[in-house]
Amino acid sequence: MKIRHCGDSMLLVELEATIDPVVNERAILLASRIRARAARGVRDVAPGYCTLGVHFDPTQTDLAALEHAIEVEFSAIEAIETVTERAVVEIPVEYGGDGGPDLKAVADHAGCSEQDVIDRHTARTYRVYMLGFVPGFAYMGRVDPAIAAPRHRVPRERVRAGSVGIAGGQTGVYPVDSPGGWQLIGRTSTVMFDADRATPSLLAPGDLVRFVAAPRS
Amino acid sequence: MSTAAFLVVKPGLLTSVQDLGRFGHQAAGVPVAGPMDSFSHRLANQLVGNDPDAATLEITLIGPELIVEADTVAAITGAHFEVTCDDRSVAMGASFGVRAGARLKFGRIHQGARAYLAVAGGVQTPRVLGSRATHLVSRMGGLSGRSLVAGDRIPIVTGAAQRPHRKAVGLTLPTNGRALLRVLPGPQDYWFTPDALRMMTSVSFRISPRSNRMGYRLEGPPLPRVKDGELISEPVGIGAIQVPAAGEPILLMADRQTAGGYPKIGHVISADLPLAGQLAPGDFIEFVVCSPQEAVAALIARERQLLRFADLKDAS
Repeated sequence: MKIRHCGDSMLLVELEATIDPVVNERAILLASRIRARAARGVRDVAPGYCTLGVHFDPTQTDLAALEHAIEVEFSAIEAIETVTERAVVEIPVEYGGDGGPDLKAVADHAGCSEQDVIDRHTARTYRVYMLGFVPGFAYMGRVDPAIAAPRHRVPRERVRAGSVGIAGGQTGVYPVDSPGGWQLIGRTSTVMFDADRATPSLLAPGDLVRFVAAPRS
Repeated sequence: MSTAAFLVVKPGLLTSVQDLGRFGHQAAGVPVAGPMDSFSHRLANQLVGNDPDAATLEITLIGPELIVEADTVAAITGAHFEVTCDDRSVAMGASFGVRAGARLKFGRIHQGARAYLAVAGGVQTPRVLGSRATHLVSRMGGLSGRSLVAGDRIPIVTGAAQRPHRKAVGLTLPTNGRALLRVLPGPQDYWFTPDALRMMTSVSFRISPRSNRMGYRLEGPPLPRVKDGELISEPVGIGAIQVPAAGEPILLMADRQTAGGYPKIGHVISADLPLAGQLAPGDFIEFVVCSPQEAVAALIARERQLLRFADLKDAS
């Protein structure tokens, strides 16, 4: 574990530089332990794949004490070797058609049929490694390498909310209309983010997700 | 207290509601947003007797024309605009009384890029996840998550009027569109050649037209790396100077995403971010490396500037 200073208002805590469920689990647990301490000056704690960011107000924070607290909390989670069992969130997807304009391109990339792409995408249970890009956008992995098509070289200016995409080994759902470069294979009517809900984001780091093929309406 | 409104006659180029930002939800990918120049935002609030987190209007390059539908006290800080209230000139950096029905018009801009209009009691658009800050890309906060358009009514408080005639020393604005910003190296300065930091601190970067509240794209020499590729996406903070493979840096500002995969050669210190917020496309940035001690000292000096003002207020 290494703590790096990002300017004077953020610490970056690095675990191992790898995309791995156990390392990600440690980052998520460490983030929640640091958050629970509610140390003076700490404004936000956000985990990444294998890192976490601790954002603080430099005028209100005892930096040495904060770094010490991070080290103490890390020692409590560093030996964790398993991931917490969680319920699987099912997301129904209408594959192909207007909502999945890249389904054919992904099939061509994989050298298989569109139905094979759907079967492979729905066969796996994905882990939410982190959220970012826009509110509620979950980076999930790992996609079956056979269908892991790279993102578009030139992103689309507008991707519709609910679009389900692939970018290499990652898959995700666009929560709002936004620009985006992922290969779009389908669309869901599931609302990924709603600021008025008690828990605005459908998904949180560490959650498990399965996509289910829904008949096209 | 009851509510009245600013009626937007002309919206200006990019006018949005901002408070100090939406903290606490970055784990869900929710960006912080908030003012590009947080110092001037806070100063405007102080001038009208508000908490520092009260919502103001951030006004960019071309200002709006507003009808104020209540007796109140207002203050404008930050960029130096010509402003009139019912055709009478209004001074920047001082509170002034406004009568119901008054027309507040922003004219030419002389210096800086963003002004902050505070009104006693604060702008009263609904809070979203605890904040009124507008995040344009995710269309969250402020007025329907967007910048103002003609015909909008921005709710404000009436009956919270404070005594006018408070003055304060504002931010020292960039001169001739140039700013010197102090930088702390890291967290990925080791991704770059030893020359890269020296190069970054020996030239002027021009702010590209493809810049916005999320970040400034900087035109200048590419900063050479010793490592190709990208990082595994990680959390990022305001003021980060990230460098994509092509080598042109991007300075992350108020509407930045919560995470990213480009290596960061350094961060602009908190004390200098307000100055960065007063720059516009076509302006120039020079960077200089400083020590963590200097960064803290500069921030304390900046905070004292606000406290000095508070002392004056208490004595009045």
